[in-house]
Amino acid sequence: MRTEARLLIGVAIFFAITGVGYWFWSSEQSGTAMLVGAVLLGIVPGSYYLWWSHRMKPRPEDRADATVPEGAGVIGAFPGSSIWPFVMGMGLFALVLAAVFGLWLLAPAFAAIFAAAIGYTRESRRGGTV
Amino acid sequence: MLLGILLGGCKLPTFYGYRGVTSQSHDESLLYEGTVIAAIVVGVITGSLIIWSALRYRRKSDTIPRQFQYHIPLEIFYTVVPIVIVLALFGFTVYTENKIDNVVPNPALNIRVTAFQWGWRYDYTNYHVFVEGVRTEDPDPVGLDGKTCVQSAPTPNDCLGPGLVMPVGETVRITLLSNDVVHGFYVPQFNFSRYALPGVVNRFDFNVQKPGIYRAQCTQLCGLYHAEMFFHVVALPRAQFLAWVHGSQPQPITDAGPIPTAAQSAKAFVPAAPAATTKSSAAS
Amino acid sequence: MTVLAERLPAGAHAEHHDEPTLIVKWLTTTDHKVIGLSYTITSVILFFLSGIMALAMRVQLSSPGGAGMSPQTYNELFTMHGAIMLYLFAGPFAFGGLANYIVPLQVGAPDMAFPRLNAFSYWLYLSGSITMLLGFFTSTGAAAFGWVAYAPLSSSVYSPGPGADLFIMGLFLTGFSAVFTAVNLITTIFYLRAPGLTMFRMPIFTWNMLVTALLILIAFPVLTAAMLLLFADRHFGTHFFTVSGGGVPVLYQNLFWFFGHPEVYILALPYFGIITEILPVFSRKPVFGYKGLPFFSLLSLLIAVPTGIKFFNWIGTMWRGQISYKTPMLFAIGFLLGFLMGGLTGVMLASPPIDFATHDTYFVVAHFHQVLLATAVFAGFGGIYFWYPKMFGRMLRDGLGKAHFWTLFVGFWLTYLPQYVLGLKGMPRRVFIYPSGLGWGALNMASTVGAFLIGASFLFMLVNLFVSWRNPIPAGDNPWDGHALEWFTSSPPPHHNFVKLPPIRSERPTWDFNHPDAPVLPHGRHAKEQPALVGVGSPAGTSGGPAQTPSAPADGGTAPGDGSGETGH
Repeated sequence: MRTEARLLIGVAIFFAITGVGYWFWSSEQSGTAMLVGAVLLGIVPGSYYLWWSHRMKPRPEDRADATVPEGAGVIGAFPGSSIWPFVMGMGLFALVLAAVFGLWLLAPAFAAIFAAAIGYTRESRRGGTV
Repeated sequence: MLLGILLGGCKLPTFYGYRGVTSQSHDESLLYEGTVIAAIVVGVITGSLIIWSALRYRRKSDTIPRQFQYHIPLEIFYTVVPIVIVLALFGFTVYTENKIDNVVPNPALNIRVTAFQWGWRYDYTNYHVFVEGVRTEDPDPVGLDGKTCVQSAPTPNDCLGPGLVMPVGETVRITLLSNDVVHGFYVPQFNFSRYALPGVVNRFDFNVQKPGIYRAQCTQLCGLYHAEMFFHVVALPRAQFLAWVHGSQPQPITDAGPIPTAAQSAKAFVPAAPAATTKSSAAS
Repeated sequence: MTVLAERLPAGAHAEHHDEPTLIVKWLTTTDHKVIGLSYTITSVILFFLSGIMALAMRVQLSSPGGAGMSPQTYNELFTMHGAIMLYLFAGPFAFGGLANYIVPLQVGAPDMAFPRLNAFSYWLYLSGSITMLLGFFTSTGAAAFGWVAYAPLSSSVYSPGPGADLFIMGLFLTGFSAVFTAVNLITTIFYLRAPGLTMFRMPIFTWNMLVTALLILIAFPVLTAAMLLLFADRHFGTHFFTVSGGGVPVLYQNLFWFFGHPEVYILALPYFGIITEILPVFSRKPVFGYKGLPFFSLLSLLIAVPTGIKFFNWIGTMWRGQISYKTPMLFAIGFLLGFLMGGLTGVMLASPPIDFATHDTYFVVAHFHQVLLATAVFAGFGGIYFWYPKMFGRMLRDGLGKAHFWTLFVGFWLTYLPQYVLGLKGMPRRVFIYPSGLGWGALNMASTVGAFLIGASFLFMLVNLFVSWRNPIPAGDNPWDGHALEWFTSSPPPHHNFVKLPPIRSERPTWDFNHPDAPVLPHGRHAKEQPALVGVGSPAGTSGGPAQTPSAPADGGTAPGDGSGETGH
C-alpha cells in the first residue's frame, strides 16, 4: 500500500511545484485553479492510503517474498452479467440527445436512468440477476 | 556547435525554410537551421543505433542472450546528454525570442491590422488611411516601382487578398486585432505568425530588409472560407511608400462588396482587375 | 449471478451455465475481456471511417484546383477526422481496449475492480461516438470548427446548428467514459494484484496505463467542463467565451490546453507501454533500465527529455539480444523510426521562434501525424498482432502481417515527408484549396499517393483476420515466449482469467517460470562483467513450479464488488 500512497503523493508534489511556478510565471487564475485541483486529486487519496498503510499488515501483493498460496482464496465479489449498465448508458444517451433534439427525449431518458438505478440496487442486494 | 554556427554567419543550408526578409526573422532562420542540424545529428545517431541493433542482433540461434538489465554509467550518460541538448536549445530560444518579440519605443509607422471573416483591414493611423479587402480580392493592387502587384510579383498568386503596404528598412509596428473569431496572421517569408484574438491586442514589429511582394494567409481555422483568406505584404522603398500613402485622393468609404461564391473563387486565384479600390482617407 | 472470484488450485474450471444468444451476452457482459474487445473493435471501425475521410480530403488536396469538394464538406471532414482519431480512436483503442483486456491479465486479476462500471463506460463511449457522428445526418451538417472547437468559432453565432451541439455532447459522454475507465484501472492495479506482484514488478505496459489513468483523471474533467460551458454559451445565454458579453475567448483555449497538454501523453504513454512489451519478448531480453521507466513516464509531463531517454531504454533492450522478426517486432521498429522523426520535429516546435514560422502549417500537421501514426498505428496495431493470439487462441499469418507493415511503412514516409516541406513553404493547414503556381501540387500529390498506400496496407490486415477466422492455426498459451503474466494463462483466458499462477519474483514471471536458468542479472552488474550465463545464481530465487498447493482460503477482502460492497453469493 505504501508504494501506491507515495505515487499519489508524488503526483501531488509534482503539481504543487508546477502550480507555484505557474502562478508566479503567469499570474493566470484558471490554470492555477486547475493545478490546485490536480494537487488535491493526489493528496486526498494519497494521504488516506499512507495513513492506512501504517495501520495494516502488508498485503501479499505488497511483499516481494509472498508466495502464491498466500493469495489463494476469495478475492472479492464480482457481479455476473447485467443489463443495467446498458440501460443506464442508453438513458444518458437519450439525455444528451434531448439537449440537442428536443426535450421530449427526456421522458425515455429519465425512465431508463431510474430503471437502471433501481435495477443496480436490487441486483446488488440480491447478489445479481439475469 | 550551435554557438559557432550563430557566430559564423548565415551560410548554412536553409532546409526548405525561408531566410527571412525582416531583421527579426533572420534570427529565427539561424535558430531553425542550427536546430535542424542538431536534430539531424541526434536523429542519425539514434536512428543508426536502432537500425544497427535491429540488424546486428537478429536471432541466429536458439540460445538465450545474457539477461542484463541495468548499466548505471550508461543510463546516467543518456539522461544527461538530452538534458544538456534541451537546455542549450532553450538558451538559444530565449535569446532569439527576445529579439523577435522586442518592440521598439518609437516605430516609424503604426498599422492597425484587423482580421475578420474573411478578410483584412489595415488602418494607417499616422496617415488616416485604410485598406480593406475580403478573401482573394485585392482592393488596391499596388506593386513595386509604380507597377501593379501582378506585374511585379514573382507569380500572380502572390497578390491574392488585400496588400499590406509598408516601407523597407524602417520599423513598422503592427497592432493585431480580430473582429469576430480567432484568425492567424502569417507571412511565411517573415517566418512569423501570430493569433488575432477577439478581445486581445497583439503588438509586434517588422523591419523589412528587402523590397518585394510577400504572399501571406490566415492560418487559424476561422470558418467556411478560411482557405481563401489571403493577403500579402508589399514592401516598398520609403519614397514609393510615401507616394502611395499620400497618392490617392480621399474617397468615400465603399462597401466591401458581395462575397464571391465558392465556385467563382475556386476556379481562378488570379485577382480581378483593380476595380474595387477601397483605399481611402478615414474622413471622420 | 454474482461470482465469487477465487484463485483456484490447478485443474479447476469456472463453470458456465446457460448460454444466452450472442447479442444478449454482449449487451449484458461485465467481463473485461469482452468489454476490452468491444472497445477495440468499435475504435478500429471508427479508425477506418476516419481514415476514409482522410483519403477523401487527400483526393481534394491532390491538385491546386481541388476535386470539387465544397469548403463546408471539407471543414466537416477534417473536424470529424481529427475528433474521431483523437477522442474516439487513439485514446479508447489503447486505454479502453487493450488496457481493459491486458491489464487485469498482467496483474493476475480475475476481472476489473468494477465490472459493471466498466460495461457502463463502454456504453457511454459507444453512444458518445454515435452522438458525434449523428452530426452528418443533420441538415446543417456535422461540426466544422476543428477538433479543438475554439471559441468563439464554436459559438452559436458562428457555428449554428445541431452538428456542433452533437459534437459537444459526444465529447461529454466519452469524457465521462474515460474518467470511469481510469478509476476502474487504478483500483484494479492498486487492489487486485497477484501475491508477490509488487508495484515495481508490474510490466511497463501496466505502469504506463496507471500513469495514463492518473493523467486522465486530471485532464478529462476539465475538457468535460469546458464543453458544458460552451454548451451553456450556445443555448443558455451565458457569456463565458464571448467578448460582447464580457467573456474571455482565451479562457476556452486555456481550459482546452489544460486538457490538451496531458492528452498528448494520454495518447502516447499506452503505446509506449505496448512497445515496451513487444521489444523485450522478441529480443529475449528484459527491459533495459526497467526501474527508471515508470518514473520517466510520470516525468514526461515535463519535456521531451524523458522520451529521449526511453529511446535508449528501447535500444538497450534490443542490444545484444536475439531479435526475431515476427510482425509485432517489425511494427515496433517502425514505431521507433517514425517516432524518432516525429519527436525531433516536436522538439523543434517546442521552440517558440520556430513555432512562429510554422504554426498551423503543414509542418505541424506532418509532425503530429507522424507522432500519432507511430504510436496509435504502428505501436497500436503492433499490439494487436502481439496479443491477437492471446485474445483468440489462434495466430495471424506472418507473411500478410509483414506485407501490412511494409506497405504501411512506405506510405507513412511518403505521406508525411512532403508535408514537412509544404509547411516550411507556408501551406496552412485546414485549407480545402490552395493557389497554383507555388510548387505545392507535386508535393501534395505525393502525399496523397502515400495516404492511399497507408489505406491499402490495412486491406492486408483485414485479409489476415479473415484467413485466421476461416483457417485457424492454434496459438497455444505462449506463442512468443512472452514475459508477463498474461502469457501464463490459456488463450483465450478462461472466465476470471487464471486457474493457477506462477511464483512472482520479477517483472516477468512467465519468463522466469519457463526459463529458470536465465534470470535477470543482478542489479549493477552488466554484460561486460558477466563471464557467462551458465551458473549465475538467481537473484530472488525461482522456487519450483506453478502454485498447486491449495491453501486455506484466506479472505482477500480487498476488492470492492462494483460499488455494491457486497461479498454476497
